[in-house]
Amino acid sequence: MDLSLSDEQKQLQDAAERFVRDKYTFENRRKIAATEKGWLAENWTQMAELGWLGMAFSEEDGGYGGGPIETMIVMEQFGKGLVLEPFLPTVVLGGGMIAKAGSKAQKEALLPPMIEGKKQFAFAWLERQSRYNLADVSLKATKEGSGWSLAGHKGVVYNAVSADNIIVLARTSGGAREEKGLTLFVVDGKAKGITRRDYPTQDALRASELTFDKVSVGADAVLGKVDDAFGVVEDAVDHAIVALCAEATGCMDAINAATLEYIKTRKQFGVPIGKFQVLQHRMVDCFTNAQEARSMTLMASLKIDDKDPVVRRKAASGAKVQIGKSGKFCGQSAVQMHGGMGVTDELSVSHYFKRLTMIDLMFGNQQHHLTRYSNLAMAA
Amino acid sequence: MDLAFTPEEQKFADEVRAFVRSHLPADIRDKVKNGKHLIRDDYMRWQQALGKQGWLVYTWPKKHGGPGFTPAERYIFENICAEEHAPGIIPFGTKMVGPVIYTFGNDEQKAKFLEPIRKSTVWWCQGYSEPGSGSDLASLRTKAEKQGDHYIVNGSKTWNTMGHWADWIFCLVRTDPKAKPQEGISFLLIGMKTPGITVKPIIMADGGHEVNEVFFDNVKVPVANLVGKENEGWTCAKFLLANERLGIAAVPQSKRGVAALKAIARAEQENGKPLIENQSFAEKIADLEIQVTALEYTELRVLSTMAHGGQPGPEVSGLKVRGSEIQQRITELTMEAVGEYAAPYLPGLLWQGSNEEPVGPAHAHLAAPRYFNTRKTTIYGGSNEIQKGIISKMVLGL
Amino acid sequence: MDLALKPEHKAFADEVRAFARANLSPATKAKTFSGKHYDKDDHIQWQKALGQQGWLAYTWPKKYGGPGWDVTQRFLFENVLAEEGAPRIIPFGPKMVGPVIYTFGTDEQKERFLPGIRSSEVSWCQGYSEPGAGSDLASLRTRAVRVEDALGDHYIVNGQKTWTSFAHWGDWIFCLVRTNPDAKAQEGISFLLIDMRTPGVTVRPIIMLDGAHHVNDVFLDNVKVPVANRIGKEGEGWTCAKFLLANERLGIAEVPASKRGVRSLRDIARAEPQGGATLADDPAFTAQIADLDLQVQALEMSELRALSTMALGGAPGPEVSTLKIRGSEIQQRIAELTMEAVGEYAAPYQPGMLFQDTNETPVGPDHAPPAAPRYFNFRKTSIYGGSNEIQKNIVSKMVLGL
Ligand SMILES: Cc1cc2nc3c(=O)[nH]c(=O)nc-3n(C[C@H](O)[C@H](O)[C@H](O)COP(=O)(O)OP(=O)(O)OC[C@H]3O[C@@H](n4cnc5c(N)ncnc54)[C@H](O)[C@@H]3O)c2cc1C
Ligand SMILES: Cc1cc2nc3c(=O)[nH]c(=O)nc-3n(C[C@H](O)[C@H](O)[C@H](O)COP(=O)(O)OP(=O)(O)OC[C@H]3O[C@@H](n4cnc5c(N)ncnc54)[C@H](O)[C@@H]3O)c2cc1C
Ligand SMILES: Cc1cc2nc3c(=O)[nH]c(=O)nc-3n(C[C@H](O)[C@H](O)[C@H](O)COP(=O)(O)OP(=O)(O)OC[C@H]3O[C@@H](n4cnc5c(N)ncnc54)[C@H](O)[C@@H]3O)c2cc1C
Repeated sequence: MDLSLSDEQKQLQDAAERFVRDKYTFENRRKIAATEKGWLAENWTQMAELGWLGMAFSEEDGGYGGGPIETMIVMEQFGKGLVLEPFLPTVVLGGGMIAKAGSKAQKEALLPPMIEGKKQFAFAWLERQSRYNLADVSLKATKEGSGWSLAGHKGVVYNAVSADNIIVLARTSGGAREEKGLTLFVVDGKAKGITRRDYPTQDALRASELTFDKVSVGADAVLGKVDDAFGVVEDAVDHAIVALCAEATGCMDAINAATLEYIKTRKQFGVPIGKFQVLQHRMVDCFTNAQEARSMTLMASLKIDDKDPVVRRKAASGAKVQIGKSGKFCGQSAVQMHGGMGVTDELSVSHYFKRLTMIDLMFGNQQHHLTRYSNLAMAA
Repeated sequence: MDLAFTPEEQKFADEVRAFVRSHLPADIRDKVKNGKHLIRDDYMRWQQALGKQGWLVYTWPKKHGGPGFTPAERYIFENICAEEHAPGIIPFGTKMVGPVIYTFGNDEQKAKFLEPIRKSTVWWCQGYSEPGSGSDLASLRTKAEKQGDHYIVNGSKTWNTMGHWADWIFCLVRTDPKAKPQEGISFLLIGMKTPGITVKPIIMADGGHEVNEVFFDNVKVPVANLVGKENEGWTCAKFLLANERLGIAAVPQSKRGVAALKAIARAEQENGKPLIENQSFAEKIADLEIQVTALEYTELRVLSTMAHGGQPGPEVSGLKVRGSEIQQRITELTMEAVGEYAAPYLPGLLWQGSNEEPVGPAHAHLAAPRYFNTRKTTIYGGSNEIQKGIISKMVLGL
Repeated sequence: MDLALKPEHKAFADEVRAFARANLSPATKAKTFSGKHYDKDDHIQWQKALGQQGWLAYTWPKKYGGPGWDVTQRFLFENVLAEEGAPRIIPFGPKMVGPVIYTFGTDEQKERFLPGIRSSEVSWCQGYSEPGAGSDLASLRTRAVRVEDALGDHYIVNGQKTWTSFAHWGDWIFCLVRTNPDAKAQEGISFLLIDMRTPGVTVRPIIMLDGAHHVNDVFLDNVKVPVANRIGKEGEGWTCAKFLLANERLGIAEVPASKRGVRSLRDIARAEPQGGATLADDPAFTAQIADLDLQVQALEMSELRALSTMALGGAPGPEVSTLKIRGSEIQQRIAELTMEAVGEYAAPYQPGMLFQDTNETPVGPDHAPPAAPRYFNFRKTSIYGGSNEIQKNIVSKMVLGL
């Protein structure tokens, strides 16, 4: 048993830390967020050059043979800087599903360009009625000649604006909310019949509503087996959850550091407000919460490739519960301890707070994952 | 990074498990398993078995007669003992005064006191708190005046855990009343049989007797029993505090507690079904289990740092706070699980090991007393408010 | 003891309801129920209607042109208006400066300022906080120096106020200023009324974390204020400030709005799909609403207890001190659960839907766009008007004697 980083992992951490320090000052981030796409091509290219887009993929797939720990390391730093480049939808979700379920041809066509920074992905699963149930999918794919025709709606699809390919979860058979009967399709982002409504999110990312009006795709668009996508999706989402947890850990470190600094310098009643015991204890609770979040993220990163699916799912859900709880506590506390400044747009705290809030509601909030964890843990 | 144990660690784990299974007396194991109270003899029998094996002082380095476990081995040892329902090791000798003696004591003291701690042939208790000095320990007033080669000790100590079972007590006493509070304190070892010592029970909220007041009336203590220099007792006290931090979170016990809670929730019925099938109750247990996991991984991170020769980081400081809150939450949910059958108070069953039939299920009568009693964990060993004060100052620099 | 309403009170409630239905603009009402931001017109039109009816300054005694209602009528008025979806009355004129003026002002000041407040012809804002003086208000440094010249007796005011809500809509601002820098902190402060159009007054917006513009910095650069605009004696402004604080205590808990909030949370839960049913069928979620509902009820009963004491001529007891604390926490919790109810559809940021009267259709359901911004914005409720930490310090000192 050994929970320390290897030398290469430490170097990766240093590099990611440097990237965030150089590229993601608060003012820089504001500018990046205001660009049309909401992220910078030069940053994406640099991530490719640094090897980050390929680090979690096997050498066979053109990657560098890392895994969830490497993803954890960079995501944590991304959280510290509130990095906007679409790493999660492209690499963790898109790349992850292609690597897991793709045919040889699909992998060859999609993974190397992604690793080189030349292709981006989006993952379209959510629909208006889905809430957090990955199987609650009604967008229909029907056979059309040798290929398929997709019709229906997808919501809050992150990075659809920039994605070269959208990976769409569709129903090919079975009833509403059945896990059996789901199929993944790799669809060209510009395919005829897709209508996009783009918008920013609360935390300055980009997402879209997508309408599929008889979008035709070939048989080779199917990712993995027809009717059998649920396991692939669940696993990819669990990986994404763990990556999000790492990002949240970075957010918490940053928001706690900013708050600690603030309460040491802001004076009222002739003393730094950090001299008041209520704030001291609340600050301690913030740090304890962040430590717990870090511990659970580490646990989940270590277990997310476990052989036993129950172990994997419990790990992801357990970490997501912790991140939801700790993120809310740290976020709300930071705002409160900043007083009026905390609720303005002017300081970084409110931006971390918003990101932590959105992380909680992505792929299932604290309550959802508590239920999932509970059902898994009590069955054992 | 790797969660798996190395083959050597695995082998060690097997060895510990085999040892506990063959040496832990069945009656003791059953008591622990069923959450019953242990008596002095129970603790002694188990601790002496560990002592013979050389494992009782499992945190001690080799040069003082400990096994010199690696951090991973400590973790394994603690977890397996808990899983196998071994009683907790009483910390006062093994984890508290022992390390103080081998760190600050002279050779005679080491020769005299360490072996009986290693073998558990004497019972130690801790004499720090006084009626006027709880959180503000440095304000303590028990006085020790030097007369020739003795100190004459006068005053009183309180909250003394298991003092009624103890052979020796280690005390903080004031040797220089004129110095600054922290600077006039000395660390004295006192035999409990010395004339002038009186022990008076304090009865706890659950009706149990585990703590005492200890009165000192002109008690004669040889100067040879002073550990460290006169007026430098605060150094020993602080050292002990730091030493106590790891392991204080009681993670293995809490894991066992959650498992026991689940068993109770399976046994309890609601609407013709086991309580554990009640979604909202199951989620409370799940939440608790996640808290325990977070605490465990925090401890593992610390151990891993230490295994690489590093110092534990700020993360250790929160361990006692969270650990104690979790212990309390376990007892709270256990009581909730029992429902109205937590109400009957059966002191005979609780304290005297009587054979009367329990009212309700066998686990019921323990639930409420444990909940009441466990409120102590956020108070003793430095209350959680004090712990947060320490973290705020030492870690956050506030 | 009786919780039931007397017949005359029932009739009163009906009258208020009929008035609201007849006078509240449907567009404004719709904004309330969809959680959108009001613009200035929404507030002012409604307040003018109330003013014409003689109800805007509903807490004032008859003598100063108020309706002179008893506490039950006030309670009913607030509740019925909240149920009907009326915007909150902006408190700076009718609840804050008005009572200060009729309590501490001269007859001329009363004549000059009270009618504009009662009718909502004049909008007020509050200039207390400064960059260096938030919780520690008495440390404020905006300086007012008295000069007499050919034009008369004036103060020249220099300094900066911040967090000034609605200063960009305000005609007048009431300010705490330091008139004597040598006196003890609380003793050198005076209470001044300043016309926002006076040269030297500049307003700069502060944008909040949800993108809203409600608060401002107000810069005062050699602003000339007639001495006639000072309320009370020079150096006794702190008395007015403290009076205002006490006056603010009741009603600040926003119970009627929270009751409405819980109702609309239930509506949203019923409208949100989940697993082929709705979120209202999810016991874990409904239990959280129930918990919140009980908190609101407990708060309302505490308020009613205070009102009942007051109705019998007694002074409100210590229970009122905690109303603001619990009230703000409850408002925050409602916003939090509403956001949770919306799920991932809380993520799209749609400022057009929030701040402008656009016709675009929302992404997701109609109730989605305000959910997250409101949650973010409502973190303010435990900060403004004396943060909850400060409130607790006050309770600890004044009520518990610690
Ligand atoms: C109804 C019920 C059923 C249970 N069933 C089971 C079961 O089936 N299986 C199972 O494994 N467990 C079960 N448990 C839980 C198990 O009994 C506890 O985990 C275990 O008893 C904890 O050890 P302890 O109480 O001896 O305390 P320890 O932590 O071992 O402490 C021993 C003594 O030292 C004192 N002490 C410790 N640290 C300090 C300090 N720093 N300062 C001062 N004093 C200190 C304590 O007050 C205590 O008196 C059950 C519990 C209950 C309530
Ligand atoms: C079961 C049990 C076993 C014990 N065993 C032993 C033992 O074997 N030997 C021994 O020496 N002692 C023992 N203790 C004593 C224990 O260490 C003290 O109870 C503890 O230090 C708290 O002191 P107190 O009880 O006097 O509480 P007080 O110090 O009076 O504290 C009362 C409350 O005030 C809070 N408080 C105090 N100061 C501050 C501050 N500066 N900031 C914020 N909050 C503050 C505390 O957190 C607590 O909530 C035991 C206690 C218990 C309950
Ligand atoms: C949306 C909004 C609208 C506002 N509108 C107005 C307005 O119209 N007019 C106006 O004059 N002001 C207004 N305010 C200002 C408001 O009253 C102040 O924000 C508030 O008094 C807190 O001051 P601060 O922001 O400077 O925080 P600080 O005083 O710097 O406080 C920062 C943190 O320290 C804590 N703290 C400070 N002192 C202590 C202590 N002694 N003990 C424990 N904790 C302490 C606080 O509780 C807070 O958590 C508004 C504020 C907001 C957010």
